[in-house]
Amino acid sequence: MLLIHCPYCDETLPEAEFAYAGEAHIVRPDNPADVSDEEWRDFLFIRNNLKGPHYERWRHIHGCGRFFNAVRNTVTDRFLTTYRAGERRPDPESLPEDGQ
Amino acid sequence: MTVHVDLLTARQLAASSVATISLLAPGSRYSLRVGETDRDALSQALDLALPEKIGECSRRHNTEILCLGPDEWIVLSPESDAGTIAQACAAVYDAAPHSLTDISDREVTVLIEGPKAAELMTLGCPRDLEKLPNGQGRRTVFDGVSVILWRDGPQRFRLDVWRSFASHVISLLATGCGELALE
Ligand SMILES: [Zn+2]
Repeated sequence: MLLIHCPYCDETLPEAEFAYAGEAHIVRPDNPADVSDEEWRDFLFIRNNLKGPHYERWRHIHGCGRFFNAVRNTVTDRFLTTYRAGERRPDPESLPEDGQ
Repeated sequence: MTVHVDLLTARQLAASSVATISLLAPGSRYSLRVGETDRDALSQALDLALPEKIGECSRRHNTEILCLGPDEWIVLSPESDAGTIAQACAAVYDAAPHSLTDISDREVTVLIEGPKAAELMTLGCPRDLEKLPNGQGRRTVFDGVSVILWRDGPQRFRLDVWRSFASHVISLLATGCGELALE
């Protein structure tokens, strides 16, 4: 089982308390009526599906209830960092090589 | 098999050399949501501090306030104090907007106590219980069910469980209570 650090609870806790919520930092168009069908499709469905450090959302659903962001290496499944929703996306250079 | 459990009558549900499992009498439960700027006003209204750190609990007489999230608390008290709590919060509502929701009927509380109570909890709880200090509580998961887990002492726990999940949680605990005693 993965261990995930919740940035609100400030505890490292079992994956069973969390729900995955897809890729992070996907910006919703301010006015959906102004974008083309292709742009709207990309917003809804098209994701990076990265191999390596992946910026993604999680929710501490059986805990504090908060959504937050994480960077997880999709090859090793290790978490490189987690941070609160609304915080800037950490610079990839600042992240540890493959987590702790 | 569907087991219909009487959830209103406080009583012992199971017992072995491992632990005793009991259903506690119904009490008052409020969910309190309030933003950081208005938190102190609610602490004053209730005459009991809303703890700032998730998992910490403050107590006075029979009232307990546990911090569940950055802006979320649960307030437990005897049913006889429920009106006083609601009035105290209502009195500061205009100055300190908040949400106080009566969820008394949503959950029941099971007490697990005995020489191996902590080991019994591991049947459903994926957390490292050694990191849960006495006197604190957490919302967590127990065999797939969202619960509030209170640690009253090294071998004394309470589980607040939504009533629709209660028969599942109780039967798992009762089974474990018997099985662990055979080891
Ligand atoms: Zn959390």
